[in-house]
Amino acid sequence: MSSFPIRSRAFPPNWPMRLIGVLFVAYTLYAMSRLDLTWARFSIGMGEASRFLARMWPPNFTRWELLAEGLIESVQIALLSSALGIILALPLGLMAARNLAPKPLTMLTRGFIAFCRSLHYVIVAILFVKAIGFGALAGIAALTIASVGFIAKLFAEAIEEVSMKQVEAIRATGAGPAAVILYGILPQVASRFLGFSLYQLDSNLRNSTLVGIVGAGGIGGTLFAAFKRFDYDFVAAILMTIIAMIFLAEVVSGRIRAALR
Amino acid sequence: MSDRAVKSGLVIEGLVKEYVPGKLVLRGIDLALPAKGITAIIGPSGTGKSTLLRCINRLVEPTAGRILLNGQDLVPLRGRALRMARRRIGMVFQEYNLVERLSVMENILSGRLGYVSFWQAWLRRYPAADIERAFTLLDAVGLPDHASQRADALSGGQRQRVGIARALMQQPELLLADEPTSSLDPRTAVEIMELMTGLTASTGVPLIVNIHNVDLARRFAQRIIGMSGGSIIFDGPPETLETHHLRQIYGGEDWL
Repeated sequence: MSSFPIRSRAFPPNWPMRLIGVLFVAYTLYAMSRLDLTWARFSIGMGEASRFLARMWPPNFTRWELLAEGLIESVQIALLSSALGIILALPLGLMAARNLAPKPLTMLTRGFIAFCRSLHYVIVAILFVKAIGFGALAGIAALTIASVGFIAKLFAEAIEEVSMKQVEAIRATGAGPAAVILYGILPQVASRFLGFSLYQLDSNLRNSTLVGIVGAGGIGGTLFAAFKRFDYDFVAAILMTIIAMIFLAEVVSGRIRAALR
Repeated sequence: MSDRAVKSGLVIEGLVKEYVPGKLVLRGIDLALPAKGITAIIGPSGTGKSTLLRCINRLVEPTAGRILLNGQDLVPLRGRALRMARRRIGMVFQEYNLVERLSVMENILSGRLGYVSFWQAWLRRYPAADIERAFTLLDAVGLPDHASQRADALSGGQRQRVGIARALMQQPELLLADEPTSSLDPRTAVEIMELMTGLTASTGVPLIVNIHNVDLARRFAQRIIGMSGGSIIFDGPPETLETHHLRQIYGGEDWL
């Protein structure tokens, strides 16, 4: 009988958590009323959507040359910006790793990486279009910066997790700093670095379709033009092509990643 | 015998190490070892055995004292001079510390990193003599067919054999072994000790080995050093190590 109060304490009520839950639900309802999120508005929207979808079907591939041109430019933007990003991220990652580089250097490099990551790539693309003009160069520059930020940050974190025992053993042989990185660090992080790079290439393929909307080259420009001219059947053709390309890239990079393990 | 007169072997004078100011891990170690033979250092965990070994090849920075290897003081060395000294000292580790994702051959050849250029190391263009020596060492440690296997595919005993080959690849003037058998089963431990003592004896390299197992220390070493609380409290041949010494080194009574 005396054990009952002890048992009842096994799952004590968490009042702060319950309060947060109630507040969250209350605020959600308030925000919906503020933004006119009503059922009537939703049903009107659904009707518009069905008309829009009907105009997209069947997809129109008659202007496939225009489509292919845009797609190839997008793939080129993705490949070039990934390659540049990977090459730049390798030294930056090494310089940002706290277990390798002196503290002032890591802070400086981390600041630069944070700067690369701070703005969304579409905003960066707009800035480059304004600065260096319309076209693929602006898209490549924007996506390179995004790639550097992503790969360098994760690469630095991977380096900070290496086993220092292996590094110690290489240092004990009398190896110089460059050889310690080559034999003690890089073998431990190489497969993860390749994984990050592949992932970023995947992302860049997707992102390169978008930078065209702001004028930075690629199929996004074609897509945006088709939207503006209400060529919804051509829009559907472009979207289907992009989806097919991303699926293909996903499969290929998945295979490569599995082979790396 | 004046310490300065000793031009061969290892001489340690007044070696002090504190990781945290005021907390001494090594309390003024004085030690002179000849340029041959096997010395075993025994003592409880945390008594500074590993720190002592790592001060010798400067993986740990000594706080004070001198360490003379064949007449050269290692403590003031910096940069390139320090790396030149390190490549003369081989080290075998408790957890083998192989580069897991490199092949056995690459691990063994990493013992030459103090000798070859960065480009040679990167492109694996090691001198033919180094590669030949690596194969000879692979045979000597009993892994003739494992050259292209990745280090993480090996068993513990095999890994330690590679560790020994890597250290000997340096053609060291001194071999340090930090608990080389503590992660191994008893039989493999004996095999590794036999291999290490055999190879160092045949090449005339002095060996200093930190070891937990007093029986192995007695069996393989010509000299035993007992440490406790950061000081040397026994130094002599294995025959003279008696029960009361062990009580003094490890403390307590009941375990003996």
